Amino acid sequence: MPQASRAHLYYLKKHRRHKRTIAILRILIIALFLLLWEVSANLGWIEAFIFSSPSRVVKTICHMCLDQSIFYHTGITLLETLVSFFLTILIGLLAAILLWCNETISEVAEPYLVILNSLPKSALAPLLIVWLGANMRTIIVAGISVAIFGMVLNLYTGFQETDKEKIKLIYTLQGSRKDVLFKIVLPGTIPLFISILKVNIGLCLVGVIIGEFIGSRMGLGYLIIYGSQTFQLNLVITSIVILCVISLLLYLLLNILERKFRRTTKLV
Amino acid sequence: MSPLLEISHLSYAYHSIDGETYALSDLNFQVEKGEFIAIVGPSGCGKSTLLSLISGLLQPENGTILLDGRSITQTRANVGYMLQKDHLLEWRTVYQNVILGLEIQHKLTTENKLRIEQMLSNYGLEAFRNSRPSQLSGGMRQRAALIRTLAQNPDLLLLDEPFSALDYLTRISVCDDIYRILKKEEKTAILVTHDLSEAISVADRIIILSARPAAIKKIVPVHLTLEERTPLSSRGAPEYKEYFNLIWKELK
Repeated sequence: MPQASRAHLYYLKKHRRHKRTIAILRILIIALFLLLWEVSANLGWIEAFIFSSPSRVVKTICHMCLDQSIFYHTGITLLETLVSFFLTILIGLLAAILLWCNETISEVAEPYLVILNSLPKSALAPLLIVWLGANMRTIIVAGISVAIFGMVLNLYTGFQETDKEKIKLIYTLQGSRKDVLFKIVLPGTIPLFISILKVNIGLCLVGVIIGEFIGSRMGLGYLIIYGSQTFQLNLVITSIVILCVISLLLYLLLNILERKFRRTTKLV
Repeated sequence: MSPLLEISHLSYAYHSIDGETYALSDLNFQVEKGEFIAIVGPSGCGKSTLLSLISGLLQPENGTILLDGRSITQTRANVGYMLQKDHLLEWRTVYQNVILGLEIQHKLTTENKLRIEQMLSNYGLEAFRNSRPSQLSGGMRQRAALIRTLAQNPDLLLLDEPFSALDYLTRISVCDDIYRILKKEEKTAILVTHDLSEAISVADRIIILSARPAAIKKIVPVHLTLEERTPLSSRGAPEYKEYFNLIWKELK
């Protein structure tokens, strides 16, 4: 490799400096926020009983670690989210394939899907509780209900946007509609599928929390409702913090899986 | 000897809510084994429709298409079809792309694989077998697409403006390449094109179609005085210009 020119070195240095500035600013904002929060709670600028404070949140987390309730509630919410996520993916994929395979079904189903997709799913949660009972099954269904309709619509649209000429190619090679699906449509929509996964994991978490709000005695959603009703705002804010961490971790997990997948298939 | 392909009284119309569009009207022609036919005509005259009918993708409304004496509507005939773009699939390697047809037809026999290996090395793609299509040049992509078509050993090859997506220089050399490959493999081919010089440079006979609904205006046999005919050398043949003017007048 030839020696990089001075201009290039300068460019690289500038690039690194920019990256560093971004990282420092990000950390600075959260640090300042936490500091301000802590100080104002301690000095009585805000009512610590209502607004809690970082030290109180840490204390609550320690307490919950000691009696292990933190693992229990977080674990339940995670489990429910993951189960509803995988079921959403499975059912959504099968439904989109069914719509693609049969034009009559897809034309008939379209207006219903559009309505169900734009309906606020939190409105369904009380109904689900009555129908299915206050149990984990209900909460998983609530998680699925938030994500599934959008997934089916998006994926089916993606299927339909497959290059007509590529489909023709399969027919010229004397393939069937099944070959079109497996050789062209499905592999061609993998990038779309991955981005749908990323959106869905967040949506499933939303649905699960909505379900826990009204129909559960366990999970972070339950803790938030319970904490707010008994005025334990430390508990509420701690649960929200844990939720932030969970959604970040789930997102990172999907990113890692995506990168791994792209590397093995060498797709750019 | 009976011709390889025999088309008689072939008509076709497209149907939509707004009405029907006649694409082909009463076509009659024959193609002998080993012949290279070019079809030219004004754009949108139904050339691609004709190829789709011959390949069995569309069913004729009237008339018959016989391949080797058998109607192509009865059996899915062994016809290779090369589309305008190469349509190599980016999620497959070059080799996986080339075997796509055999994979679909469950014909990945040792014999067929051997033939593919042979073609890959003959046509300069051996080193790229595990590359992604995006790593190939335009000409190499087109050659890969041709091998994919030839892999199933078709009796008849249909080429639907296979060079139109290439830039002019690549186009001439790829045309040369593909002509040599087809002659070497002793294939019968029908090339659809709107490029007159391309048609004259490759074809044994040129079929000139009228505007839609396409009917045969004239069939021009091409005889060039050349020692060894290639698409490139054909462009320098003394008769080349006469043919060009003749076809140009027909199309005008």
